Amino acid sequence: MKALASRYLSLKIPVFVLAAGVFAGALTLVAVLAPFIAPYNPTNISSFNLADSEIAPLFLGGDDPRFVLGTDNQGRDLLSAIIYGARISLIIGAGAVLFATLLGMTLGLIAGYFGGWIDAVIMRVADVILSFPTILLALLISGIARALFPAAAEPEWAPIILIGAIGTHDWVQYARTVRASTMVESAKDYVRAVRVIGLPSRQIIFRHIVPNIMASVLVVATVNLATAMLTEATLSFLGVGMPPTYPSLGTLIRIGNEFMFSGIWWIALFPAITLVSLILATNVVGDWLRDRFNPKLRVRL
Amino acid sequence: MIRRGLLIGALAALMLAGTQAKSETLRWSSVGDVATLDPAAHNETFTNNLHLHVYDSLVRRDRNMKIEPALATSWERIGADRWRFKLRRGVTFHEGEPFNADDVVASVARMLDPGSRGAGNFPSIARAEKFDDFTVDLVLKGPYPLLLNDLCWLSIMSKPWMEKHDSLKPGNIAKNVTTYASTHANGTGPFIVESYQPDSKTVFVSNKKWWDKPTHNLTRIEFRPIKSDATRVAALLSGELDLVAPAPLQDLDRISATQGFKVVQEPSFRLIFLGLNWRPELLAMPGQKNPLLDLKVRQGLWHAIDIETIQKRIMRGKAKATGTLVAPQIAGYDPKLSVPYGYDPEKAKKLLSDAGFAKGFKIDLNCSNDRFIADEQLCVAIGSMWAKVGVEANVKTETRAAFFPRVDRGETDAYLYGWANLPAMDSISVISVVLASRKDAYGGNNPNGLSNARIDEIARAAAVELDEDKRIKLLQEALKIARDQVSIIPLHLQPVAWAMRSNLDVPQFPDEYVRLWFANLKK
Repeated sequence: MKALASRYLSLKIPVFVLAAGVFAGALTLVAVLAPFIAPYNPTNISSFNLADSEIAPLFLGGDDPRFVLGTDNQGRDLLSAIIYGARISLIIGAGAVLFATLLGMTLGLIAGYFGGWIDAVIMRVADVILSFPTILLALLISGIARALFPAAAEPEWAPIILIGAIGTHDWVQYARTVRASTMVESAKDYVRAVRVIGLPSRQIIFRHIVPNIMASVLVVATVNLATAMLTEATLSFLGVGMPPTYPSLGTLIRIGNEFMFSGIWWIALFPAITLVSLILATNVVGDWLRDRFNPKLRVRL
Repeated sequence: MIRRGLLIGALAALMLAGTQAKSETLRWSSVGDVATLDPAAHNETFTNNLHLHVYDSLVRRDRNMKIEPALATSWERIGADRWRFKLRRGVTFHEGEPFNADDVVASVARMLDPGSRGAGNFPSIARAEKFDDFTVDLVLKGPYPLLLNDLCWLSIMSKPWMEKHDSLKPGNIAKNVTTYASTHANGTGPFIVESYQPDSKTVFVSNKKWWDKPTHNLTRIEFRPIKSDATRVAALLSGELDLVAPAPLQDLDRISATQGFKVVQEPSFRLIFLGLNWRPELLAMPGQKNPLLDLKVRQGLWHAIDIETIQKRIMRGKAKATGTLVAPQIAGYDPKLSVPYGYDPEKAKKLLSDAGFAKGFKIDLNCSNDRFIADEQLCVAIGSMWAKVGVEANVKTETRAAFFPRVDRGETDAYLYGWANLPAMDSISVISVVLASRKDAYGGNNPNGLSNARIDEIARAAAVELDEDKRIKLLQEALKIARDQVSIIPLHLQPVAWAMRSNLDVPQFPDEYVRLWFANLKK
């Protein structure tokens, strides 16, 4: 572990990757601390006034110092809505990644370590899921969830459904990566050696294989975080994601989109800029990590 | 040479045909799609609106909203509860079946079937009886003054066609019953359904064999539902559409300022209101007594709504706030009732605390997000206003296809709804369908147990009262009770606003119907 850490520290990190990392980190921090940082709590519907609706941002001649980035169509402070929106987007993104990682790793390990028919079954299921576009599958899952459990229509359930819907598609990538790595590791001498000793499979997997494949899983997870947040935003934009009372960045863009033609463009624009920069930053970091851990590219770096 | 000449001629002819066909195609978009093509399977104004392009009824509204003959040429009352209709001869359905009395009898029976969702609009009709091939008697349950108004909504279908496709029994969108007629249509009307792709596109072509002389010049209508306001307006401005009805209020100024486009608007009949849960418990608070059963709570909820700000901000001054349930043009309207309970949060809090809810309570607030003008915005705003007096509203918005069946099943505490008193254009509609308790043919849109003995009495008495003065008095009494008891919370009469290309001429009606058989596209 120590050796791994010192290897990270000795890396030369390009400036824009560093900048992206710092930006993503800062935004995450702001999102985590939203209740303390944001001027208002947009999820508390008694905190805004319809009479304050559609106020322009300060730098565009908005005359209300309470609302730096202006207000949306309900009189919600846009800055607060964006901070809370980013929080919801990050929570759902991270939740979906966690769910997908756990599911994908478990199935990937089983498939890679045991092989045979169980491998074939898991991988064919994965192939089927991979043949669905992410959005379509997520739409299907959220639609079915809402039909099967009427309680799922409750706003509190929306994040859980979204996490489930996005994670159910994304686990396949983890499963494939983990399966491949597991197969490689299983064939190595040290694993063969512990097998000969007669260590139970559970111990071999958790003590010897998992630590050696974690790096590649983490890389997939970082890259996936961006796509998960993007999928969430898309679903919310389509109106099947977060409800207007708990807006994520995608919901804010959807609401703002209705007003694009009437000159009230800031409702859509600022959340969109936030979403784009958040995803760009996560992607830059993720890509760099991927290159870093790609043995074929490592020589060049 | 000759060949080239021919070619040029053919090309010219083709181009001419092309431009001609294009110029008479009307591309129209609305917020949502028709719920079904089956006339008996629904109770939705917009769906009925589209059906009237395909199906004729016995009588219809003319350009001035007066009732005129359609499939019936004349009628007379031949007894207290019996009307005789002479039918039009020589009419054929789109698929060629000749029209006669059997079709009327079968269509009426189908509409009144216990499985029909539309039956509630015809509380007075008992049955139809064939007298001869072109004469039909409608037998009523009692004397009824508004039969002709109701009949404008009763689409006549072909009996042999229904028999052939096993559709003599109606579908029902509330119960998910579908038949061949849910996705196919065969009427006698001015347009023929060429193709129907739910939620995507419906294409109509002009019916060349229509019995009436067309006053429109359309050859084809392409209808596309587009949910997003911005997308709909963008499609209009970029030339992909000719008509956007309804047009989003926030974009009217911009559209009318754009060269080549115009906006027409007027207040409509449609009341937007909040329906309430009258059952022993609220869905949001199972196991506890329903606070809405206390009049003070209902008054408090009304006083908590800042209707002026809603008018100014969300409706952009285009709607008309109201305290009663019907528009001024509707029979039974009483100007004395028309002022809303004023916005007074302190009074609202006091009323709630007097009722024992000083700490407020929880309530679900359900809305569609693609049916009424700015429905989602209205709900969030009202939820926010209620929260300020301590009532924690759990705002839930969803698409109309999920919302309307939910309301029908009574799975709501408070819900945003609209009522335009169609087809009767008379207060009896809201009184007998929305306010009267659900029994017999009454209370079709009263899913949550609202019940007032006097209103039930009036709904039955006014339905058979032939003395117009007495009838209006009864209607006004019921509307006063509804206001005093806060049976439902009225918000405003929503505007009809349409945006279209300048070369399109479509008359607008306060019932919000788009009647494209009056439309003309100028070259």
